[in-house]
Amino acid sequence: MVSIAKEDQEKIKAYFEENLKEPVKLVYFTQKASKLLVPGRECQFCEETRQILEEVASLSSKATLEVHDLVAESEVATSFGVEMIPATVMVGQNKGAIRYFGIPSGYEFSTLIEDIADLSTGNSNLSAKTKEELATLTEDVHIQVFVTPT
Amino acid sequence: MARLAHKMALESPRIRADVIEITEFPHLAQRYAVRAVPKTVVNEKIQLSGAQPEAQFLQYILQAGRKPPKTGA
Repeated sequence: MVSIAKEDQEKIKAYFEENLKEPVKLVYFTQKASKLLVPGRECQFCEETRQILEEVASLSSKATLEVHDLVAESEVATSFGVEMIPATVMVGQNKGAIRYFGIPSGYEFSTLIEDIADLSTGNSNLSAKTKEELATLTEDVHIQVFVTPT
Repeated sequence: MARLAHKMALESPRIRADVIEITEFPHLAQRYAVRAVPKTVVNEKIQLSGAQPEAQFLQYILQAGRKPPKTGA
């Protein structure tokens, strides 16, 4: 069972208290727990991921979690362009789409926490030049960053 | 890289930034020949290994997301 350690919870709570301004929604796609395993459909870390997100969302009144079933609510999944699980779409003061596929544990747990702060303030801390240049994009850009949980 | 990609998407409606825990999606590891992390793929065609500084990563994004200017003849 994955769970955020008590002292880490306190730290995150304080960090959120200090850094969150506007609400942030975590839209999580998973599958319903079932005793019947459909080959290719079993989701090894869906339960653990949900637990992490629930705990994180509970640490600030400005963070909320919304849970959807990939198959039963396929129209919602399609609207977010989600085809695989576990998937977490983060919604706040962002202009583009910010998504996380897989369990946000280990090093990537801090990615999740810091992302939430960015999404809440809308402040990326990127340089003025970067922001200017990004405003000139004329085509869609899809970035995929592959990581491991260590 | 995960944070930088998400920050870029925070700033531009043109950008969709996905961070993918690769051990859970082996078909993607295979498709993009991921042997070390972080590995970043931009619009399927640009593949970057390792962490990229902001200014350098920006250049790859601009390369992928801007139509080349028409040269006057």
